[in-house]
Amino acid sequence: MRLAHVRKLLLTLICLALAAPAMAETKADRAAKDKILLFGNGSEPQNLDPHTVRGVTENHIISALIEGLIAYHPTDQALPEPGMADRWEHNLDASEWTFHIRDGAKWSNGDPVKAADFVFSFHRILSPNLAADYADQLYIMKGAEDFHKGKLTDFDAVGVKALDDQNLRITLVGPTPYFLSALTHYSWYPVHPATILKFGKIDDRVSAWTRPENFVGNGPFKLKEWKVNEVITVERNPLYWDAKTVKLNGIQYYPIEDQNTEERAFRAGDLHITNEVPLDKIPGYRRDNKDLILVDPYLGTYFYRLNVNKPALKDVRVREALNLALDRDSIVENITRGGQLPALGYTPQGMGRYKTPELMSYDPDKARKLLAEAGYPDGKGFPKYEILINTSESHKTVAEAIQQMWKQELGIDIGIRNEEWKVYLDSQTNMKYDITRSGWIGDYMDPVTFLTMWTTGNGNNNTGWSNAEYDSLIKQSFLEADEAKRFALLEKAETILLKNPPFATIYWYTRVYLKSAHVVNWNSLLLDNHNFKYIDLK
Amino acid sequence: MTAASEIEHGTSLWRDAWHRLARNKLAVLGLVNFILITLFCLLGPSFVPYKFDEQARTLQSSRPGELIFARDLTRNKSREPRTDYIPLSKMIDESAFVSLSRQEVAEKVEKLKRRETVQAGRYTYSRSTRHHVLGTDALGRDLLVRLMYGGRISIGVGLAATAVSILIGVLYGAISGYLGGNVDTAMMRIVDILYTIPFTIFVILLMVFLPRSIWLLFLAIGAVEWLTMARIVRGEVTALKHREFIEAAISLGLGRLHIIFRHLIPNVMGSVIVYSTLTVPNVMLLEAVLSFLGLGVQPPMSSWGVLIDDGAKTLETTPWLLLFPAALFSLTLFSLNFLGDGLRDALDPRASKD
Amino acid sequence: MIKFTLQRLLQLVPVLLIVITVTFWMSKKAPGGPFSAERKVAPQVMAKMNAYYGLDKPLLQQYLLYLKNLVLRGDLGPSFTYPTESVNQVIARSFPVSLQVGSLAMLLALFIGIPLGVLAAVKKNSLADYFSMSFAMSGICLPTFVMGPILAIVFGLWLKWGNVFGLEKSGNAWLPPIFLPALTLGLFYGAYVARLTRSGMLEILNQDYIRTARAKGVGSFRVIWKHALKGGMMPVVSFLGPALAGLISGSFVVEKVFKLPGLGNEFIKGAFNRDYSLILGTVIFYAVLIVLFNLLVDIIHAWLDPRIRQ
Repeated sequence: MRLAHVRKLLLTLICLALAAPAMAETKADRAAKDKILLFGNGSEPQNLDPHTVRGVTENHIISALIEGLIAYHPTDQALPEPGMADRWEHNLDASEWTFHIRDGAKWSNGDPVKAADFVFSFHRILSPNLAADYADQLYIMKGAEDFHKGKLTDFDAVGVKALDDQNLRITLVGPTPYFLSALTHYSWYPVHPATILKFGKIDDRVSAWTRPENFVGNGPFKLKEWKVNEVITVERNPLYWDAKTVKLNGIQYYPIEDQNTEERAFRAGDLHITNEVPLDKIPGYRRDNKDLILVDPYLGTYFYRLNVNKPALKDVRVREALNLALDRDSIVENITRGGQLPALGYTPQGMGRYKTPELMSYDPDKARKLLAEAGYPDGKGFPKYEILINTSESHKTVAEAIQQMWKQELGIDIGIRNEEWKVYLDSQTNMKYDITRSGWIGDYMDPVTFLTMWTTGNGNNNTGWSNAEYDSLIKQSFLEADEAKRFALLEKAETILLKNPPFATIYWYTRVYLKSAHVVNWNSLLLDNHNFKYIDLK
Repeated sequence: MTAASEIEHGTSLWRDAWHRLARNKLAVLGLVNFILITLFCLLGPSFVPYKFDEQARTLQSSRPGELIFARDLTRNKSREPRTDYIPLSKMIDESAFVSLSRQEVAEKVEKLKRRETVQAGRYTYSRSTRHHVLGTDALGRDLLVRLMYGGRISIGVGLAATAVSILIGVLYGAISGYLGGNVDTAMMRIVDILYTIPFTIFVILLMVFLPRSIWLLFLAIGAVEWLTMARIVRGEVTALKHREFIEAAISLGLGRLHIIFRHLIPNVMGSVIVYSTLTVPNVMLLEAVLSFLGLGVQPPMSSWGVLIDDGAKTLETTPWLLLFPAALFSLTLFSLNFLGDGLRDALDPRASKD
Repeated sequence: MIKFTLQRLLQLVPVLLIVITVTFWMSKKAPGGPFSAERKVAPQVMAKMNAYYGLDKPLLQQYLLYLKNLVLRGDLGPSFTYPTESVNQVIARSFPVSLQVGSLAMLLALFIGIPLGVLAAVKKNSLADYFSMSFAMSGICLPTFVMGPILAIVFGLWLKWGNVFGLEKSGNAWLPPIFLPALTLGLFYGAYVARLTRSGMLEILNQDYIRTARAKGVGSFRVIWKHALKGGMMPVVSFLGPALAGLISGSFVVEKVFKLPGLGNEFIKGAFNRDYSLILGTVIFYAVLIVLFNLLVDIIHAWLDPRIRQ
């Protein structure tokens, strides 16, 4: 009797084991039929308030919920895609812009979207008490910086005005030909004034308005559910002005931090799109499942900051030697293996007509010569410096390879110091490092998003590097309206930067991730900002 | 009783234990095995022609024992005339071979296998003398030699931290359990408190305030691991002290220290040793987590914990990077375990009645 | 017994006070702050945020304020990591997940560990003994960050029986979503339970009263069940107190491998984000659990061995 039971159980188990894969209709298959996109979103968003967040994770969700004056273009991020504004004009030197807000633009509670809502929103993000991380994105607007820093208390003096319900005038500090691209950043997004004021003051940083039951947006989707660390669900917004274009019924964002877990979830059929792919899995996908893996160029640079206050790194010849000894091809081919490009300059390629000066090269002989001239022949007498990295497998791997290259080519011994994220940030901002791993991702499609950080005393410089000519070139570029002349100034500035580098450039980023065949209308975009209203599932 | 006779008495007790241990085949096997592994890690690197941090970047994740070919890089501007190394499994992806048919590639590979040189594209290929018995890791470093170096760290840390934890834990637990009453309560509350200090914070603080070193690593681990040891010992001592032989010792007027060291501690050694054999793997694994957090083993140095952690991340694509470290790690722990059990039986006087 | 319990509960007060004090000062002294970011945060922004959360006050004042809010209102403070939640809310939403996973893991550990341990002890030095102990050692040698992915691949990807991540049922999985994470932990802890059970049982089986019982012809199973098991469980019980507290307060490795929204994950986030109140909150919660479980251990000990009760 008992034996029979056991046998029965075993049989059932074996049947289940064999049958399960055969009858498998995965979650992704079912969701595709229901037009629900299952999206691997990396990590849990800090918040969904466009004025206080600072990450790409948040942006993936917020851009589905809120639409700015200019939205994300589905195929080319250098082009403007009309959002809340259906038309606009500017004066001759592009320093004064007027936007017309389209008829039928509505908030998800039915209120019309007005020009005054934008004035309120810009006022909000610039309020000193809100302490918004990205308020400086608005500094190109007249009076914005002074207002944010408390030097100006009357917001009417700031360069934004609602001419009437539908016309918004924005006056900028100087000529800004890239303004439309800058406007796609979420710091320029509107929020619903009545909702903000219902849950607090205009400048209350902590507010319950982003909870699903309170959230009011104007984007193609609205917030349905937020299960912290589990899933965020958005659903179609019927009041969106272009609701007929929206293909999806909803998106579920899964904050899976571990790459391996995410890849397993994708393979199990629980996700349509992942955030990343584990390094070791890339060759396999490229060989056997080419259509599932995407390698998109991405507007970012991976580099090592060099602390120019350190005795040996003060010498430009040493900094140059460190750059020349790097075999960047070998790093991207053998280590990162995600289609990254060796960073021969600092600003990544692909920003319109800007041509990055590509001055970095691999020349170990010259490197050795320069190092010897600097007083360290064959690395003799070179101080024992350390590369500071934040704890991560991939940073460690790259650092070990670079450590080896410098040792082999220059004969210098460099250590690796591992710090956890917050300590690492602290060491970096306070310049408690010799050499530190860094990355920089562009906010919009213009080289200034990469170049202003190296001006003297800029909060993101963090190397002690300072060059008067460089500063003045950058300053001049802000007064220049003509694109060709502006880019010429910036190229000249970058040439100075690369000849006297406060860093060692390594590679230009790519985004490598997985996408199932269900997803259609998904294009490779330099800023990785996808307009979800065009995305479809089949 | 003279001092000399006491020593003699002591040695004979241990000699008995040793005899009992020697009769336990598994325990002896464990001991021998452990010594062999230790020797392997200590002496092994001198028999391997690669260094633990020597990278051959084009040779990443080559399979165990795979044939390796050399590619001459004459165009390279590097200091020495450099050669790149390509494993057999990657030859098909070689850019110089892309235009060739499968058949032609196979022919060339056959030639190479016969130690002939082959010209293709701009490169000259030949069979390399390199041989990585256990394959290479993601940076093309020899796994075998990294395993040996890793073993030095892991065994060292495991033993040292366990010794620290035994030293503190046994003394603390025995004293607490024997004295009982308020002292016991106070001492156990201290253990409770230490238990509740979050380990990560403790470690991060240590990492920041003190120079990073391997010594600090096992001091930190030992400082955490003794707590459970203390609780176990205290539990046993509390039970033991009401037993007749302790009560007899007390009524004979023997000193507290004498009772603790001569009568209580020897009687709890069985549990201590068994728990120690559980502590060693714990310490080794904890060490991996710590290295991952940035404290302890710094790259390019390795330890078994680090190798297993790395291997687990790529277990589907390069299983050997997990398999070999995990196997050696397990073998070590099995050996320690058999040894521990054997010691326990040998040290437990009651067991000898069987 | 009641007096003993009350006494121990009262001791919770000084324990918590010390834990709070040490954690508070340690975390505040650590470099980095909750608002450090990769892009420079303007000093005035930093100052505003610090002022908002009261981090600009002298440390002693912050400390006293924290204690006051905790004692008067049970308020663990606001979380910096989750600006829309308080630490109380964070714990309230993540603890149930860890509790479920941890309890199931403990049940699995006992189900696996005790029978193996008893079997090994009773049939000492037999094939069954070696087999059980080898199994147990394997469980220990394969840490959770190896076992987790293996189970996920075998049961999640190949057999499609269980979830590879999260709490939502995946595809055709029939196992509850928390089963594989619980099994990962259960195998690890089960290995410990097996070894401790074996050693505890051996100790007891050698004692005179068991030998007497056996000699009197009491059935072997009865001896084990009625007499030996009770005494032989002592080391297991000692181990279980802290282990259970650790299990139900969440294992961050397993929560990461299977992406579960549990408490262990929150503690790690708190530590790495320098979220002072989240660190303190989770630590206090953990401390209370530990003290309670250790109390439970002592009570069980007293029940298993009447001699301790005096």
